[in-house]
Amino acid sequence: MDTKFDFMGYRKIAAGVSIVLVLLSIASLTFNQVEWGLDFTGGSLVEVAYENPVDPEAIRGHLTEAGYTGHVVQYFGSDRDILVRIPPQKNLDSKENARLGDRVLASLKQSSGQNIELRRSEFVGPAVGEELTNQGGIGLMTALGVVLLYVAFRFQLKFAVGAVVALFHDVMITLGVFSLARWDFDLTVLAALLAVIGYSLNDTIVVSDRIRENFRMMRRTKPVDVINTSLNQTLGRTLVTSITTLIVLVTLLVLGGELISGFAIGLIIGVLVGTYSSIYVASNMLIVLGISQEDLAIPEKEGADDPDLMTGN
Amino acid sequence: MLVVFSLGVVYALPNIYPPDFAVQISTESADGTFTERALNAATSRLEKDSVEYFGAEMQENGGLIRFPNDESQLRARDLIQLALHDLPDEYVVALNSAPTTPQWLVDIGGEPMKYGLDLRGGVHFLMEVDTESAVGERIEGLEQDIKRTFREKDDRIRYTGFTSPVTGALRIAFPDEETRDRGERKLKDRYPQYIILASKSAPELTLTVDDASIREMEDFAVQQNLQAIRNRVNELGVAEPLVQRMGRDRIVVDLPGVQDTARAKNILGKVATLEFRMEALPDATRSSTQKFDYEGYSADIEKDVILRGDRVLDANVGFDPDSGMPQVNIRLDGDGGELMHRSTRHSVGRRMAVIFIETKTRDRKVIEDGVEVLKPEPYVVRRVVSLATVQSALGVNFRITGLQAGEARELSLLLRAGALAADMFIAEERTVGASLGAENIKLGAFSVSVGLGFVVIFMLLYYKVFGLAANVALTANLVLLVAVMSSLSATLTLPGIAGIVLTVGMAVDANVLIFSRIKEELKKGMPPQQAINAGFERAFVTILDANLTTLIVAVILYSIGTGPVKGFAVTLSIGILTSMFTAIMGTRAIVNLMYGGRKVERLAI
Repeated sequence: MDTKFDFMGYRKIAAGVSIVLVLLSIASLTFNQVEWGLDFTGGSLVEVAYENPVDPEAIRGHLTEAGYTGHVVQYFGSDRDILVRIPPQKNLDSKENARLGDRVLASLKQSSGQNIELRRSEFVGPAVGEELTNQGGIGLMTALGVVLLYVAFRFQLKFAVGAVVALFHDVMITLGVFSLARWDFDLTVLAALLAVIGYSLNDTIVVSDRIRENFRMMRRTKPVDVINTSLNQTLGRTLVTSITTLIVLVTLLVLGGELISGFAIGLIIGVLVGTYSSIYVASNMLIVLGISQEDLAIPEKEGADDPDLMTGN
Repeated sequence: MLVVFSLGVVYALPNIYPPDFAVQISTESADGTFTERALNAATSRLEKDSVEYFGAEMQENGGLIRFPNDESQLRARDLIQLALHDLPDEYVVALNSAPTTPQWLVDIGGEPMKYGLDLRGGVHFLMEVDTESAVGERIEGLEQDIKRTFREKDDRIRYTGFTSPVTGALRIAFPDEETRDRGERKLKDRYPQYIILASKSAPELTLTVDDASIREMEDFAVQQNLQAIRNRVNELGVAEPLVQRMGRDRIVVDLPGVQDTARAKNILGKVATLEFRMEALPDATRSSTQKFDYEGYSADIEKDVILRGDRVLDANVGFDPDSGMPQVNIRLDGDGGELMHRSTRHSVGRRMAVIFIETKTRDRKVIEDGVEVLKPEPYVVRRVVSLATVQSALGVNFRITGLQAGEARELSLLLRAGALAADMFIAEERTVGASLGAENIKLGAFSVSVGLGFVVIFMLLYYKVFGLAANVALTANLVLLVAVMSSLSATLTLPGIAGIVLTVGMAVDANVLIFSRIKEELKKGMPPQQAINAGFERAFVTILDANLTTLIVAVILYSIGTGPVKGFAVTLSIGILTSMFTAIMGTRAIVNLMYGGRKVERLAI
């Protein structure tokens, strides 16, 4: 692809858009919060398949009649598949709550008048839920921290800051969309979020790599122009990889079944945002931080890895 | 390259052989040998009811019978249970899937990927042992023991109070310093394993149980529950159960194929107990004794119970310092020690029995609607696990000697299993129905193939001949990924399949990087062959950097994730490694094959 887009010409507008999006996400996360899935909140979940289509309203009624509170009944995939989510019940002790799923299943079987088949039943105790939340947070932070160190070591601190800001941007916006859309945030979405970090980082590094190389080759060019050239050179690759990744993710979303849809959606959003951020956020940060030829002048260790640079210097 | 790829194909091969529906029979008989007789009983029953089967084979500790479909498999299980019911030994009859990997593949170590519970259906429990209250109870027991020590007749020491300022510590108050010093000497003598400190400001002693000892108590509580679950799991009729300690106080129980979670919980929740009773004197009346079999002999045991398992604190294997023979050391709590002392001081020379009691469920034949079916019913099993002569009056600590190493181990395990069990509760449960599991496999495999198809088409349209090379590399990557997963016996989960799908999408990245470099070099006017070389070389560092960072993220994901998410991290990591390999080595080999060694005017890229 032989493009000559003036990417950095729009950098102020892009920065504005990014900042607004991140702020919107933070606002949504603050006020709207995230629909934490069972993995994090704890509680019970039962998915059953009925022989004939059923009305969730009737099931809700049965469960309320049976004395349960706080249950959520919804279709899951088809009008014969029902998903019941139910928080720990106050009138039961912890041992009985651990068996809440069995009770709900028995009660569904009793009230339905038709054969129902258990598809899935989950119980997550309060301690486990809390741990997962902490571990998830720690995982995200560790991932960002390790990336910062690695990029600072392999490239330069300004690149590392750019990469981490881009990753933070991607994670926040993906979370923001989940919060706004009130989609369930479960463990698979957390996995998707970490995969987004991996993907977006991949993109950012490819771009940074080219920027570094060009800074060393184009010694008399302005930083903004160097970055523009680099972005144009890598644009083809960025787009092709994003397209192939999006192809498989959409396939997964459409064909992979209900259980994996949160994961697919999370990654689709992440890949879209991540592609944009590797073009605009990471590079933009480099300009904001005042990257210049001097930052990359000394070949140091990298020279040994890359024989081309030796001739360049 | 070709070698690696062929190896990949070979080790990925076992996955294309669909497993057979099978019923696995294993025995619970004492010597653990499975007889041909049982297998024959099973197969003749199947023939009688004309259920189709093939390949009945003997295995270590059991047998396996294969079936053409799940319908006959289900019917066969019930029939086999009925047939084996009449045989003397007890059998576990479980549904299973039998691999159909050809022998030559098995011989070189080839086996299919393992499916996670979310793909094959089953129950996953995460049990948490209440170690805190287990330790608390131990400390309370210690308090009782110390009080008893102070009340001993010949050396009575007056104390004014016991408090526990923190878990694992006891503060004892004395009327004056002199008494305190006497108490200190006595305790240091009696409990050398604890840290005992005298207070400077008040007539008080602080006894601290160090962290290592607390950890030991916790370990004991967890081990005990682990053993109890292992004993019970067999009853559930599960082909490949997994019972494993996880972290400090948790136990993972994976029961593939189990659907009735309520029953599983009931069975796992039951605990065994112990009774210590004396052997009856020869003149004892019939009504006061009970007959037991012990090592082939019959023994009359008194009905009076000296003490039960809830008084046993610990049991472990040790060695007799005199003879060097293995022995089992038993520790009772204070009250237990007193009861034991009272019963044994006048019974030196008599034999004492340890009886292990557990509640099991067994199937009973009943006629329902004119058809014979098996109904589970609970029953209690009591058996004498030790019958040893009392050598002297016993107290809190005593030992059973004269055992072989294996016997000692077995006895200590039984004693532990019957000792006071720390409470255990379910911290997490995930059940996946068999139909959902099968559906997940189908959807997953479908997504992978359709995703791959689309990417292949896109690459062909975009990069033409080079796209072909990339596609071959991509396919090789998928084969290698499956081969590596299979030979590592890694478990495939639904998120793991998602990881494979993602890998398919991202794996072309390395190729794309290389190709766009080649295009650029061509544009700069470099001759084709040189452009190819330069493209591969320049892209290499970028590919390495980009993939290494993704790999780091995948490793982090692995370390924080549980079950299914770990599966995603595994496929993603392996996928990154194989895709780097196939893109750098594989694509190059193919491109060289197409363009190498001749003069090329134009590249179709």
